[in-house]
Amino acid sequence: MNDAAPNAHSAAPARRLGDNAPLRLAEGGLIDRSRTLAFTFDGQRYLGHPGDTLASALIANGVRLVGRSFKYHRPRGILSAGPEEPNALVELRSGARREPNSRATTIELYDGLVAASQNRWPSLKYDLLSINGLAGPIIGAGFYYKTFMWPAAWWEKVYEPLIRRAAGLGRAAGVPDPDTYDKANLHCDVLVVGAGPAGLMAALTAGRAGARVVLCEDDFRLGGRLLLDRREIDGRSALNWVAATEAELAAMPEVRILRRTSVVATYDHGTYAAVERVNDHVAEPPSHEPRQRLWRIVATRCVVAAGATERPLVFPGNDRPGVMLAGAVRAYVNRFAAIPGRRAVVFATNDDAARTVDDLAHCGVDVVAVVDARPQASAVMADATQRASARHISGGAVTRVHGRLGVEAVDIRAANGATARVACDLVCVSGGWSPNVHLASHLGGRPEWDATLAAFVARNLPERMDLAGAAAGDLALADAFTQGHRAGSAAAEACGFSAASAPIPLLDPESTATSPLWRVTGTRGKAFVDFQNDVTTGDLELAHREGFRSVEHMKRYTTLGMATDQGKTSNVNGLALMAELTQTSIPATGTTTFRPPYLPVAIGTLAGHHRGKEFRPTRLAPTHTWAKEQGAIFVETGLWLRAQWYPTPGEKDWLESVDREVRAVRSAVGICDVSTLGKIDVQGPGAAAFLDFLYTNTMSTLAIGRARYGLMLREDGFVMDDGTVSRLGPEHYVVTTTTANAAGVMAHMEHAQQWLRPGLDVTLASVSEQWAQLSVAGPRSRDVLRAVVDPAHDISDAAFPYLAVAEVSAMGGIPARLFRISYSGERAYEIAVPAGYGDALVRALMDAGRAHGIVPYGTETLGVLRIEKGHVAGNEISGQTTARDLGLGRMLSRKKDFIGRALAERPALVAAGRPALVGLKPVDRSLRLRAGAHLVAQGAEPTAANDQGYVTSVAHSPTLGHWIGLALLSGGATRHGERVRVWDPVRSGDTLAEVCDPVFYDPAGERLHG
Amino acid sequence: MCRGAPTGRRLPTVRYSISSLLGQAITGNRGWKPAWRRTEPKPVYDALIVGGGGHGLATAYYLAKEHGMANIAVLEKGWIGSGNIGRNTTLIRSNYLLPGNIPFYEHSMKLWEGLEQDINYNAMVSQRGLLNLYHSDAQRDAFARRGNAMRMHGVDAELLDREEVRAFVPYLDFDNGRFPIQGGLIQRRGGTVRHDAVAWGYARAADRLGVDILEHCEVTGIDVVDGRAVGVQTTRGAIRAKKIGLAAAGNSSRVAALAGLRLPIESHVLQAFVSEGVKPLIDTVVTFGAGHFYISQSDKGGLVFGGDIDGYNSYAWRGNLPMVEDVAECGMALMPMLGRLRVVRSWGGLMDMSMDGSPIIDKTPIDGLYLNCGWCYGGFKATPASGWCFAHTIARDELHAFNAAMRLDRFATGHLIDERGAGNRPNLH
Amino acid sequence: MRIPCVYCGERGHEEFAYLGDATVQRPDASSATAAEWHDYGYVRDNPSGSHRELWQHVSGCRAWLVVTRDTRTHAILSVEAARDVALSREKAAP
Repeated sequence: MNDAAPNAHSAAPARRLGDNAPLRLAEGGLIDRSRTLAFTFDGQRYLGHPGDTLASALIANGVRLVGRSFKYHRPRGILSAGPEEPNALVELRSGARREPNSRATTIELYDGLVAASQNRWPSLKYDLLSINGLAGPIIGAGFYYKTFMWPAAWWEKVYEPLIRRAAGLGRAAGVPDPDTYDKANLHCDVLVVGAGPAGLMAALTAGRAGARVVLCEDDFRLGGRLLLDRREIDGRSALNWVAATEAELAAMPEVRILRRTSVVATYDHGTYAAVERVNDHVAEPPSHEPRQRLWRIVATRCVVAAGATERPLVFPGNDRPGVMLAGAVRAYVNRFAAIPGRRAVVFATNDDAARTVDDLAHCGVDVVAVVDARPQASAVMADATQRASARHISGGAVTRVHGRLGVEAVDIRAANGATARVACDLVCVSGGWSPNVHLASHLGGRPEWDATLAAFVARNLPERMDLAGAAAGDLALADAFTQGHRAGSAAAEACGFSAASAPIPLLDPESTATSPLWRVTGTRGKAFVDFQNDVTTGDLELAHREGFRSVEHMKRYTTLGMATDQGKTSNVNGLALMAELTQTSIPATGTTTFRPPYLPVAIGTLAGHHRGKEFRPTRLAPTHTWAKEQGAIFVETGLWLRAQWYPTPGEKDWLESVDREVRAVRSAVGICDVSTLGKIDVQGPGAAAFLDFLYTNTMSTLAIGRARYGLMLREDGFVMDDGTVSRLGPEHYVVTTTTANAAGVMAHMEHAQQWLRPGLDVTLASVSEQWAQLSVAGPRSRDVLRAVVDPAHDISDAAFPYLAVAEVSAMGGIPARLFRISYSGERAYEIAVPAGYGDALVRALMDAGRAHGIVPYGTETLGVLRIEKGHVAGNEISGQTTARDLGLGRMLSRKKDFIGRALAERPALVAAGRPALVGLKPVDRSLRLRAGAHLVAQGAEPTAANDQGYVTSVAHSPTLGHWIGLALLSGGATRHGERVRVWDPVRSGDTLAEVCDPVFYDPAGERLHG
Repeated sequence: MCRGAPTGRRLPTVRYSISSLLGQAITGNRGWKPAWRRTEPKPVYDALIVGGGGHGLATAYYLAKEHGMANIAVLEKGWIGSGNIGRNTTLIRSNYLLPGNIPFYEHSMKLWEGLEQDINYNAMVSQRGLLNLYHSDAQRDAFARRGNAMRMHGVDAELLDREEVRAFVPYLDFDNGRFPIQGGLIQRRGGTVRHDAVAWGYARAADRLGVDILEHCEVTGIDVVDGRAVGVQTTRGAIRAKKIGLAAAGNSSRVAALAGLRLPIESHVLQAFVSEGVKPLIDTVVTFGAGHFYISQSDKGGLVFGGDIDGYNSYAWRGNLPMVEDVAECGMALMPMLGRLRVVRSWGGLMDMSMDGSPIIDKTPIDGLYLNCGWCYGGFKATPASGWCFAHTIARDELHAFNAAMRLDRFATGHLIDERGAGNRPNLH
Repeated sequence: MRIPCVYCGERGHEEFAYLGDATVQRPDASSATAAEWHDYGYVRDNPSGSHRELWQHVSGCRAWLVVTRDTRTHAILSVEAARDVALSREKAAP
């Protein structure tokens, strides 16, 4: 931004309005009058300037009615000038970019902006549901808990749909968000949150000391309250100081300024989440840029200088458009040169509001009355009132607001009780300031009540965090500078830098004296505590009457503080009123709990680019490119994308392709990429003993050059994983794991290595990614391999029998590992080469195999082959099965300790009736079996008492010519030959099957040997 | 069984109905009474329930209603409903897999279905359906196994294919998903309940039956004499009791330790999130099958969603950033329309994660001391049945068929109820 | 959270995987009773306060670590290499 002169405030002239908008001052303000921005609100076209927010532009255009409230559909205007706004919520943008509940006060104006009011029908001005206001006595706090119960069936059908339609605020776009989001990490010495006077001072001090500083400012402009208050620093406009400071910070290489960036949450150990609105100030982000960016900031120290939030006053009609926070009014007249009204009443409890009196008078607004709730006249307020030629009422109150769609007049009650009606169109209210202690409280530190300040202040700060300025309860500007400097120095020094002392600027005099007024008593009509959720003093009284007296009960029962603003303007008033009702002190009543985020955060921002195909990384097998060329159909298995089957022309469905692949493996040879299996290299003098401890069977007796099937249990005795263990040398093994458990088994082994068996000298390395591994299976597999494995290596059955393993070379000197292991039950090999050669290997094998009828096969065929052989896989190793359940009881060594051995012997794990692995064949061989179907005895009813197990895996076996299944069935092998009912109501299945041995094909295992 | 007459001062109650609402409206709503009495602890009770959350309050209600025990008190260290009943994602379902769980959760569902009329409190039980998505053949078969198990127990379950899911919830990412949606398992009787109202409704109903609800009454000791629990020490004085039931959720280990018990429990933080209120957008409950994410929309309009536990022992009542991101990522992967909707609040609750992911409702080795814990992050939906079964176990000194499998000694015997097959790793359940 | 790995320095906890209580000891297989195995497998102190626990730096050096952390505040009180802890435990054992 480079627009208005820095000394714009002091140049503001009186009483002359601008031309393009009725309530725009002719001069002054931090807006760029040289450019005009057109925007629409509810279809009406208006003009504003760069530097405007939507709220300031609406005010300049004389728009007061901006929204409708949640429950009573009360007309609402603009209350604040910041993120605490509860009323002026709009639907911003249109179509897929529509953002409901957007705060007009924080929307930076851009050309072509489109906004619409929400939660009203048919129009903002005439909203039919405003009839709810008349039903107020019936639909007070918690009314819905007391009714809509009869008839019971009507809740979902009648009552709830009506309530849901009436509830909610704006409308979501309902279609995918077209924008992109980004995430990034930022590490720094000192994070400064907020670039008001305290934050700027802290950043400057730490920056000058040489610390790496990140300064985050929610606003698009640095300066904080110096932008809205006409203050002098060292005898000049405060804006000069802001400009000079900003320039100095910008010139420091170790200082990073993030504008439009809200630090929204504090996490443990100096971690913060911040949201940068990279492109919310334009109609659409440029195609190469994100809309927003989530910054994960890690800071050694943090200075929170997040300012304070002004509290409204609670009196009847306090929600009418035209009732505004006094500080916000200053922001509109001073920063935006827009006057929210022409005849103002100021109603306040503190001297800070005197500035509003002065500033209104300065720009020509007629201040008709200044109502100071304090019974003791304040000299500061009296002087300002006099300068503005207004009536001064000490100990008075506004008791009523006239006007439906906006303030037309107020009733003012003087200290003596006399009430007078005063015409006005603007009521500036101030009930004091609440420090923004949210970030200091996210880690659970409860803020404490400060009676002098009449506000909660942060105590028990998180480690590494400091507060400065108004956020710390130091409301005076002088304190903001002093404390900002102190905090900046301390933070820099904590990071090992030494900060120089700096002169604190000289300031004009100020007073922050305040005295709380929690509500105006002796009045009638709805006085709102929480504007957005329509929580009135009457609701709090009702909650109190019904016993909802603890803060959290009150909040939850009345919904106070639970709207999009999370009670930024309402929580303290609500708490104080409950304290009044229970006749206890505020500290005894409790504190509110501050939960992240400080400001609402778009879900898209938190997700970053992790959506669609980019949700999670995609792992590709080494032969992926080749498989794609073959027209493979791929399937997601975990993070991997694997070839599922390879259709050939003329095949009408997947089953036909898979049947062909299976037949080819059984009759000739097939090839499949099994690189996704976990591969772990185990070396060292302790390797053998280590593997004995990990596997249920013994690996120390494995001969060099041999492989063995291995089974692992979890320590709780259930099966964890299976795979092969191959011994390459006396102290060198390589083991495989299933694809799904590759990472888990590696961590499990490292746990055993480092924690359970630290004394064993053994080293582990995951080599899953380093080796491409292909299965070559089928009667002709050796013939194919012979052409690829270098001739020096003898792979004859005599030299290289079933379960042999060797380190060989292939394709002319490429190092390779050859394993004669079989998942399919056929003569089969797995050959591994360095991953980069995987593509070359598959091409070489396919070339060599062409003469032998080689086909590539995918995971479907892999599954059929293993089911025909009764091998268990992930469906059976479900984490709920024991080795005995799976027919692998013989693999539990009795001679050694191994992980899981002891707990596997618990009574229920060895009980006789446990479901155990069997095979199933449909009695009617033309019928299909489905995994997940449950089993009951033939003729039995499918009831819980009769449940005997379920089908774990099924396949169509082209070898047998019908569907087959594996199942876990009570009684297991003792049931062979029986018929069972296979019940699958969720897929309308109900058929009979024969129980058989799970090994359907070649039970003697002869084909393994060729 | 001692049926001591309630001795606390009984306040006249106003029955909730549209006519009482109208009547009160005319008289300025001045006639409403406290939903539950504030009272001083009596020196002796027939039964004490430690923990004024949903489960504890429900237990007290069913002890009074089903077992005629009126001289009982609920002890709550803070305000009632301040634990997980006040900070959850409001889902109810009975779509479990294992026979140790299904009858219990189905009993809970049936109690939900009649709850409001029973306790005269509208807890907004909304059976808008709960859909678990599957993204692979193996997941489909696992869901079929579960759906079939539910059907065997007489529970409703339907397996939907991709097009049926698309017709039901068209706004999911069907065309560009990293893990394409293949279908889902739906329980149409599943849904949501207004969580706070459950605590308040049970409290009010229990109060009307004479139960004393003692807030800000923290148990600091459990008196055990000769292997029998005889009373508790509290911040409001000593209280003797014939029976003591512990329903302390995330604080179960701490409370049990007062009686010298160590539990198969770890306490973990689960975060949950709510968005700004929007007009009706999602009218069912959807859970993602390729990550941890579940979402529904409250009657007020906020989207309520959550994911996995943070994954390490904690009593800190707050979460950490990586899980926030994970949840949002899953949300965007599933429903890319969520991008511009904003989270307004996140919170963390303490989950009593058991070693097999299933709860414990049982007697303990100490006579007169009963245990209700291990709810992991599924305790809300169990609230009615948990209270009902715990009341039965306390009153009769035996387990009911519904909680027969939820024994404390099952870890020793191996009769685990491990729905996920994750083993003795609480943070994986 | 930020965990200071003994080998890699302070890193975000998302780089680490959590296992749990580091005070439970795997019983001696030659002599342990079923009750001891049950306690090892299932029973935890689950303290509110200082907790010794196992983490693995899975996205870093793969070291298993014994982290002592306050479960009320998440403050990390100490971090040791699990192998070192285990070795000194073995040395101390009779």
